[in-house]
Amino acid sequence: MTLIRTGLTLLFLLATLSSSGAAEADLRGIIAKFATAKGFSEIGAVVHELAAAGDPLVERPLSALADGNLYIRKADSVVFVGKEAGESVQLSDPLSGEASGEAAKDDITKIKVNNTLRRVIRDALGTLTLGAKDPTVRIAAADTMFKTPDAANIEPLDAAIAKETVASVKALLEQARAASILVSDRPEADKLAAIALIGARGDRDAVSLLTSVEANASGAVKEAATAAIANINSTLALWDAGQNIWYGISLGSVLLLAAIGLAITFGVMGVINMAHGEMVMLGAYTTFVVQQVIRTSFPGLFDWSLVIALPLAFLVAALVGLAIERGVIRFLYGRPLETLLATWGVSLILQQAVRSIFGPTNQEVGNPSWMSGSFDIGQLAITWNRLWILVFALTVFGVLLYVMKRTPWGLQMRAVTANRRMAASMGIRTPWVDALTFALGSGIAGIAGVALSQIDNVSPNLGRGYIIDSFMVVVFGGVGNLWGTLVGAFSLGIVNKFLEPYAGAVLGKIVVLVLIILFIQKRPRGLFALKGRAVEA
Amino acid sequence: MRGNFSTITKMFSASVVAAGLLMSAPARAADDTIKVGILHSLSGTMAISETTLKDAMLMLIDEQNAKGGLLGKKLEAVVVDPASNWPLFAEKARELISKDKVAAVFGCWTSVSRKSVLPVFSELDNILFYPVQYEGEESERNVFYTGAAPNQQAIPAVDYLMSEDGGSVKRWVLEGTDYVYPRTTNKILEAYLKAKGVAAEDIMVNYTPFGFSDWQTEVSAIKKFGSAGKKTAVVSTVNGDANVPFYKELGNQGIKAEDIPVMAFSVGEEELAGLDTAPLVGHLAAWNYFESVDTPENKKFIADWHKFIKNDKRTTNDPMEAHYIGFNMWVKAVEKAGTTDPDKVIDAMIGVSVPNLTGGYSTMMPNHHITKPVLIGEIQADGQFETVSRTPGLVMGDEWSDYLPDSKDLISDWRKPLSCGNFNVATGKCGGKGTN
Repeated sequence: MTLIRTGLTLLFLLATLSSSGAAEADLRGIIAKFATAKGFSEIGAVVHELAAAGDPLVERPLSALADGNLYIRKADSVVFVGKEAGESVQLSDPLSGEASGEAAKDDITKIKVNNTLRRVIRDALGTLTLGAKDPTVRIAAADTMFKTPDAANIEPLDAAIAKETVASVKALLEQARAASILVSDRPEADKLAAIALIGARGDRDAVSLLTSVEANASGAVKEAATAAIANINSTLALWDAGQNIWYGISLGSVLLLAAIGLAITFGVMGVINMAHGEMVMLGAYTTFVVQQVIRTSFPGLFDWSLVIALPLAFLVAALVGLAIERGVIRFLYGRPLETLLATWGVSLILQQAVRSIFGPTNQEVGNPSWMSGSFDIGQLAITWNRLWILVFALTVFGVLLYVMKRTPWGLQMRAVTANRRMAASMGIRTPWVDALTFALGSGIAGIAGVALSQIDNVSPNLGRGYIIDSFMVVVFGGVGNLWGTLVGAFSLGIVNKFLEPYAGAVLGKIVVLVLIILFIQKRPRGLFALKGRAVEA
Repeated sequence: MRGNFSTITKMFSASVVAAGLLMSAPARAADDTIKVGILHSLSGTMAISETTLKDAMLMLIDEQNAKGGLLGKKLEAVVVDPASNWPLFAEKARELISKDKVAAVFGCWTSVSRKSVLPVFSELDNILFYPVQYEGEESERNVFYTGAAPNQQAIPAVDYLMSEDGGSVKRWVLEGTDYVYPRTTNKILEAYLKAKGVAAEDIMVNYTPFGFSDWQTEVSAIKKFGSAGKKTAVVSTVNGDANVPFYKELGNQGIKAEDIPVMAFSVGEEELAGLDTAPLVGHLAAWNYFESVDTPENKKFIADWHKFIKNDKRTTNDPMEAHYIGFNMWVKAVEKAGTTDPDKVIDAMIGVSVPNLTGGYSTMMPNHHITKPVLIGEIQADGQFETVSRTPGLVMGDEWSDYLPDSKDLISDWRKPLSCGNFNVATGKCGGKGTN
């Protein structure tokens, strides 16, 4: 009995294998054509032929081709999917994915793709992956089909919509179907309904699609498209304003981070520290070194690299700051011009030192996965790295405020700033307070460097770009007042980003500078002027 | 005692003579060497790009010495540091020529540094090899331009984007850093695009300051401009440091190369080394050389470079190839002239032809520009470029753009009897003025 059952199962298996085998053989025949195709247009033709076979199996070779992982073995012109592993490439079968050994890089040629081909492949995969199990893949497919509408897509989309269970994906599929209807020869009523559906989507892709429809259509369809575009654009204008505010806040958070250390060294201590930018740079280079160690020794920890780099960057920059204060600045208190020149010299020395050690070129600091990409709120695209930097800047600000106002050390710091001689008479060791305050300011610049390494170049010149802006924020906000720095940073950021779309980046920056100069003429002590004895001293 | 004293005086005078001999030794040795000046910034903002070129020149000079030098003499590199400071470039150039008596100078990167040394080179009559792509509108007797002129980079790049392979682009964003090279290049491109029938409302021009780092507004403006239902591309003349935050923002805002490709003229292997290129695959660059070009000459060059710099990860780039070509041309011209006298070498340079690294020959033309192939490459995940298009033949550098009204009638020919860098064919007079 068991024997017969096993026999039957075997037979059944054989039957299924042979039928799929025939289809597979056809596909293999088409894939083999990659080896003889010359130029991007011929490769594109093979892609179309593969996609037309309509078999989900072709997803593997097609995505490999799009990623530049499809190879031809020179010896026998057989096509493989390859994965680079050091000097050699691991080959696998393009359909089954079975491993088929390794090859040296010189023995195989990569099938080249360009943007046009990638687009062709993306469109082809779009139709094939409509029925995929993973909803994100289906969303991507719907999105592709929306952007490249084709009358032939209507039928597969109809089938997919009927099967779809997730409401949000279904809505996207219906929009893709509407887009396809607009380019088909369906009756006008269908098209008007489609325009209404797309108009409700309300984003830039919808405008893009409707604009091309408007250009090619006539009569009621054209009018409906024009109305829908006007409608979407008026809502988008509101979102644009929101976006400018967000960009301004984000720029403000970067300015705040860069300036907050300076708010202590310059604002509280009154030291014109031109080497402040270099402290930021040291923090960024610390991040680079940490990532380098993690990459070579503990690849699994990469997402934690920034968290690990934070205390180290603080320590490195604080120690360098301490050395500068003890070695140079303490001899120059009360002589601002000399301090300026001396710290300028120190900044040049630090830059050249970093250049000699790490080389003059940019160093790669990677973004951990939780800092890459963006998400949407309505029509507002918010990038993760900017959001985290904002959170981080506010956290640093909060911690610093706490240290200054609520800890004994902060009290001593403020006491020394307010009246040095009185503080000394009360038994405070003022030289040490000076040194530690300067180290704190430098250390905070260092952790700012960790954050800035995520959005800017890590090169010896990193600090240069921030020094002017930092001084501007501190002076504008009011020297000696942390809250002033916060308000100053955000208001400068927002004003800058509101000017930029109208005046352009270059003129925008000039206008902001002029405004600040005028403001300082009116209120020389900045937004929040410090009152009391310290000011007169 | 006296004897002793005389011995001491003898010894003393002997040592003076010896010291004198020692002092004169380097001076005598200098007669046996040919000095070559290297004028690249080793500190300041431009050090990031120029230091590599200084190293490349040292390598080329080393190799030439290993081959037996030039005219039976050894070559000696004289390196100075103009510190990214434009007036200092002129001072250092003067020092190289008057004090060190160099036979030729290889140097400069930015156009403003080149403009600042031009008077020095024509006054003291020496030779400058300039290795970087630039905006054209210039042809000087004492300068040889081994980088690309706009028609050897910008125009073919735009042609590619307009072609079917490049995606038949209909709408253009010209994004640049605010200085002379992007402004002039964009002026040429705008005129060229309009001549090709692109409407004014399909071109957006935008400039940002040097070292710009907050690209949010610009990138979202590109996104907005790109959603008009026509295929859109960005042509970027954004310079050096500002590129990394620009590309990071593009990646984060999800602008894919398939939708809105960015074609860059100032982004090479060196700039990509500071970036995670995975989100940027497919964005483009136009150069005359890529490190990934598969020729025996290039393989050897890269191997030599890695050996010289003692680091397998250092990349090569287009301006390095320009120095390679320029240096070999100079060596050949000196051999042809039999002397390093700048006047004779300048005359001998024209028509000199040397192998480039992309599998062909580059020739020095009478306008002091060279012939080169133009390559369009797509950024790959490993930080290299994959060549997707290549001009069928060599393109000759055109110093006076045909697309600018001020310069379309100008030509340059430094052969006798014309010997003019700005000859106006319409008026038949030497001394025309271009756009800048």
